[in-house]
Amino acid sequence: MKQSLYAGVAVAVMALLPAGAQAQGTVKIGIISAYSGQFADTANQIDNGIKLYMKQHGDTVAGKKIELIRKDTGGPNPAVAKRLAEELIVRDKVDILAGFTLTPEALGAAPVSAEAKKLLVDMNAATGIITTKSPYIVRTSFTLNQVANTLAEWAVKKGGVKKVYTMVSNFGPGIDAEQYFQKGFKAAGGEIVGSVRMPVANPDFSAFVQRAKDLNPESIFVFVPGGAQPAAIGKAFAERQMDPKKIKIMSTGEAVDETAVKALGDLALGRISGWHYDYNHHSKVNEDFVKAFNAEFKRNPDFFAVGGYDGMHLIYEALKKTGGKADGDSLIAAAKGMKWESPRGPVAIDDKREMVQDIYIRRVEKVDGKIVNVEFDTVKGVHAE
Amino acid sequence: MTDIPTVAPQLYLQSRSRWRPIEIVFWLATLLPFWLFPDYLSLASQIAVASLFALSLDLILGYAGVVSLGHAAFFGLGAYTAGLFSIYVWGEVFTGLIAGAAVAALVGYASSFIISRFRHLTLIMITLGLGLLLHEAANSAGWLTGGSDGLQGIEVWKVAGLFSFDLYGVTAYSYTLGVLFVVFLAARRLINSPFGLALRGIRENFVRMPAIGADSNSHIRKVYTISAALAGVAGALIAQTTQTVSLEALSFERSADVLVMLVLGGAGRLYGGLIGAAVFMIARDQFSGIAPQYWYFWIGILLVVVVMLLPNGILGGLSKIFARWSRR
Repeated sequence: MKQSLYAGVAVAVMALLPAGAQAQGTVKIGIISAYSGQFADTANQIDNGIKLYMKQHGDTVAGKKIELIRKDTGGPNPAVAKRLAEELIVRDKVDILAGFTLTPEALGAAPVSAEAKKLLVDMNAATGIITTKSPYIVRTSFTLNQVANTLAEWAVKKGGVKKVYTMVSNFGPGIDAEQYFQKGFKAAGGEIVGSVRMPVANPDFSAFVQRAKDLNPESIFVFVPGGAQPAAIGKAFAERQMDPKKIKIMSTGEAVDETAVKALGDLALGRISGWHYDYNHHSKVNEDFVKAFNAEFKRNPDFFAVGGYDGMHLIYEALKKTGGKADGDSLIAAAKGMKWESPRGPVAIDDKREMVQDIYIRRVEKVDGKIVNVEFDTVKGVHAE
Repeated sequence: MTDIPTVAPQLYLQSRSRWRPIEIVFWLATLLPFWLFPDYLSLASQIAVASLFALSLDLILGYAGVVSLGHAAFFGLGAYTAGLFSIYVWGEVFTGLIAGAAVAALVGYASSFIISRFRHLTLIMITLGLGLLLHEAANSAGWLTGGSDGLQGIEVWKVAGLFSFDLYGVTAYSYTLGVLFVVFLAARRLINSPFGLALRGIRENFVRMPAIGADSNSHIRKVYTISAALAGVAGALIAQTTQTVSLEALSFERSADVLVMLVLGGAGRLYGGLIGAAVFMIARDQFSGIAPQYWYFWIGILLVVVVMLLPNGILGGLSKIFARWSRR
């Protein structure tokens, strides 16, 4: 009885104290992500990365307790993301904003981060301009040009390809991928023999693939959104007898992710891709990470999960450097120039607050009866443009 | 509605347009957030915008019986117009609102010629289709709209040259609430006019109205244009207060959400959209705070419960209870 009375008094005192004093012992992180709707699985994988990091490293860093507040945007909605960012800062007094499944969310919250001078950790959204919108944004995922440009240069210089036909979905990321790939390809001395933009919703790929086949190009670059489409276009290639072993079919990593490769089976063999993370990457850090991830969530991590994991690492390390000071200026200064060994390989944060990371060139192969992406070449230390 | 034959039409309309005390209390209550919930003003301003949008749908759905599943088309048009206006013309907010309303009204007027020819299921399909068309058009016109990244570089001036949009949402809420109130007054006047009465007649019997001298088609064209303009104002408000516009403003989800708000609050009642928007947005905020992944489940339950227990929405239910209580 007496105890509960004390507890009651303690709560009352806590409530009466100004918010600043209460926040002294904690660092609050507001996670803004598309937890519901079409992109919920992406948001959940980012969240799994965050959870795993906190489980492994505890919820206290530099004497501060880390507290997460999760907010759902429901999809690519910048107005909601902006309001949530404002509310998190004004109402919940968060010190750091993080998450961001989709580019519009990050762009909505970016001005709030600039105005309130709060660190914003972009754990996934991949459009180039995001980090230019506030000096307090740091990205722990990747940018499309980092991948597409690197793959294009590699294809001409080392892959022995001189001519390419590009096929992309007609929406923001698809058009970006097309432009970065074509730019890189031409700069390296290659030739674009043609390109097509396919409808983003439920396209029939067979007509597009037939058109590509008629041109008989040396190689093809493909970009389609994740989900059911990678498998569908892979099957369309097979139906038209376009063997990835004869015509080089290249893409970014989404098109040959775990689900797509499983759905395609042998049809995926020989597909080439450039990407920054795969659960099959060979390193001690990654093997431990995959093992722990599987033990916790009963599935393999993907690049979303690693973005969340590295994002938390960045926050923890930055707080250690500042001795627990959580204002935007101290944290962003601490984040710049940071280097660490991530499950994806060696990474660093450059002056533009972007990831510097290795891009792996992989081929789909059968290893011990399992169909996986095997890394066979590495482009080291790639900067986001 | 049983009291209609007993009074002269002018008197009936006059009695309808008199301000009741409850209405005054309602509008005074909208000022409470400034003192009671100063941390929730951003949410309050988005509720005001959603209310305005629901009110615009109420004019066609609740009063004229025109079912639309593509009303976001006009919301998005207003939002993109206001956004582009601030980038290419100037950042003054009131002219931006007018521009947004004008473009939405223009497109509304053009499409009203199709809309007024159909009823019921056909209409749902047509409005849905028009909404999707516009969404895809905005997606393809990436050079103008920014495509799936959203429109970049919106900068609006201070409201009336004095108040800039701040982190706490004080300006945003004052501004949106002010616009909502002005638009509401206009809508209230419209509904309590002979024109509004004719609209209700059309809702009850589309074919019979021309027989008593009110051309259904031309009435629907007018109200559809007005409704589109109001939806455009709502869109322009969201673009100005958040300084972002994305394809989401044109999405099917937005059309569906506003319908849900109206059904929750009670269609065919001036305050239905306002109450519905407030209940929906606050429920959404609270539920998604508790369970960011599964909050739609609770919204679903709320909707099912309201529709089953209160078939005419929250307001319909309340007025029924009130009527039963006052009869005793």
